[in-house]
Amino acid sequence: MNLRRLFALAWKESLQIWRDPRSLAIALLMPLMQMGILGYGVSLDIKRVPLCVFDQENSQQSRAMVNSFVASGWFRLSRRLVRDDDVRDAMDRGSCSAALVIPVDFSRRLSQHGSAAVQAIFDATDVNTTNIALGYAQGALALASQQMYARWAAAHGVAATRVGQVDLEPGTWFNETLDSRNFIIPGVVAVILALVGAQLTSLTISREWERGTMEQLISTPVTALEVMLGKLLPYFAIGMLDAGFCLATAVFWFHVPFRGDLFTLLITTLLFLVVVLGIGYLISVRIRSQLGASQVALLLTMLPANLLSGYTFPIDQMPGAIQTLSLVVYARYYVSILRGVFLKGSTIDDLWFPIAGLSLYALLILWLAARAFRKRLD
Amino acid sequence: MNAGAPVMGGEGLTRRFGDFVAVDRLDLNILSGEVVGFLGPNGAGKSTTIRMLCGLLLPSAGSARVAGYDIRTQAEAVREHIGYMSQRFSLYNDMTVRENLRFFAGMYRVARSERAQRMKFAIRMAGLEGRENALVRTLAGGWKQRLALGCAILHRPPVLFLDEPTSGVEPEARRRFWDLIHDLAAQGVTTLVSTHYMDEAEYCNRIALIDRGRLVAMGSPRELRAHELGGTLYALRCQPLGAALQLTLTQPGVVEAAIFGDRLHVVLAPPGPESASITADELIIRLRQAGVDAGQAHPVSPSLEDVFIRLVSPPHQNRNHP
Repeated sequence: MNLRRLFALAWKESLQIWRDPRSLAIALLMPLMQMGILGYGVSLDIKRVPLCVFDQENSQQSRAMVNSFVASGWFRLSRRLVRDDDVRDAMDRGSCSAALVIPVDFSRRLSQHGSAAVQAIFDATDVNTTNIALGYAQGALALASQQMYARWAAAHGVAATRVGQVDLEPGTWFNETLDSRNFIIPGVVAVILALVGAQLTSLTISREWERGTMEQLISTPVTALEVMLGKLLPYFAIGMLDAGFCLATAVFWFHVPFRGDLFTLLITTLLFLVVVLGIGYLISVRIRSQLGASQVALLLTMLPANLLSGYTFPIDQMPGAIQTLSLVVYARYYVSILRGVFLKGSTIDDLWFPIAGLSLYALLILWLAARAFRKRLD
Repeated sequence: MNAGAPVMGGEGLTRRFGDFVAVDRLDLNILSGEVVGFLGPNGAGKSTTIRMLCGLLLPSAGSARVAGYDIRTQAEAVREHIGYMSQRFSLYNDMTVRENLRFFAGMYRVARSERAQRMKFAIRMAGLEGRENALVRTLAGGWKQRLALGCAILHRPPVLFLDEPTSGVEPEARRRFWDLIHDLAAQGVTTLVSTHYMDEAEYCNRIALIDRGRLVAMGSPRELRAHELGGTLYALRCQPLGAALQLTLTQPGVVEAAIFGDRLHVVLAPPGPESASITADELIIRLRQAGVDAGQAHPVSPSLEDVFIRLVSPPHQNRNHP
């Protein structure tokens, strides 16, 4: 291997990237846009569920009940209904995803029996949302009951004691505010790097074929290894730049807590870049048109990174076979590394499994990529 | 390398693409310092042969040595010692003249102490002084070709392969390009240059004529003109030309006939004791009998084009001749 040739290639490639608007856009604009879209757009929290209320009684008690739902901050009153049929209608129109029905004898039952039932109806087409809304409703109801009891106790001059009640004091670790953004943003960074990295290198060899410059290049004594390393070098620099940008945005813009150390982050990011750039390069060697190569790169990075990396859907909730399949999705290792480093402050020792997975992947890809390029026209 | 020493040799060089035989058992022997023209119609196998000799395509059969190295087993060593200009322009359009030269100087590991001087030489040779910082895509065809040649000789290769370097270039620029090739030859560079311009053949020391993958003739322009025609060439003014050609081709002893401008060129076999060849005068009589308005037949000295038409013709026009 000759370093002069390697650097001559890297220099040439950098010039071409600099003069190619398409490459520049992928390198610099895509991470910016994706960080914005995915960072803001993707959130698993459901805030302020639209709620319809059918208050059949319309008493002071029932209004207090509704108020405590709205006051909880989890619900937003979208419509007041006056007829039974309206519930179905409001659901169909999508003007609410939960409905609260308070029976006509609500306050009477409450004063007679000390308890009364209200009906909550959920639009369960989106199971995830429904589960969360159900949880919110139970919370709001518990709050309302407590307030009613307190009022009743105060009115009757009884000390408001809690009898036989067990309280759960939930402790949430690592993501104390239970903000799903903290959990998702590190995954977003991994997805963006996978996408951008593979996109960039997927063009590098196919561009030479398409423009007819490959024939001249391979007529020189340059070796396949020099071509691979020389071409990957500038993209590596761009990849690190993008990674720095995305990670900084995560910490300083989206305020994802960063508890780990920079060294672990640097090492693992380098490893991940080797894998994604190598995959793009492999695709580029195999597919000689830029469009085709970029499409395949999109397919091979976007789909698995989105679905099987654990970035949105937790891997340990998947069926066994799919869990096994996710082992070949390189993004999953980096997603779990980033989450560990960001939220738990994990170190290299803690992360040995995903780091080993990534390292193995990097070696395999580099080996394949170094062998794939042939200095022949056929 | 000594002038006149063999520098390139191929034996039974064959290349197949599926069922199609692009190059068929080609033997080639080229001496140091020669300018060899590689001629033949489109698709004859010129590019395929050159690509094999450059180590860009593996031969299906046969072998070849270039600058002393085997093209199968020592392809990298071959590449160190050759300069190659591909048929399609293949420098980087989005880079400047100087950037392209610098890049290829890097690829060929031109010594740093020599690089500036070699790049200067290439720029002067290509006549690109003052355009060093122009993007290649803004250059006209002739300049591009000369720059490509400049990039190919930065490392002083003893052997040069030029694949149709002058195609699509205006005549003025073509002549200038050939001057460059001869300058290089004077410095001992061996050049194999393919072309489909017949007039360029005259610029070559030797010509290798290739047709449908096979080498059909090889020699100096003079040798080819003298030996390959197989008879005497006559020029004949007549009207209508088409009918005259049809009729002429059916006559005994006509080796070849073709329309040349407003005349008919006819090659007549030398009269032999057992052949029933006709003479030029007899041919004119027969043409007139058939209603063709024919003038006098003059013997002319053949151009290379006459030779090529004789040697390279589509199979359906090949006549059985004695």
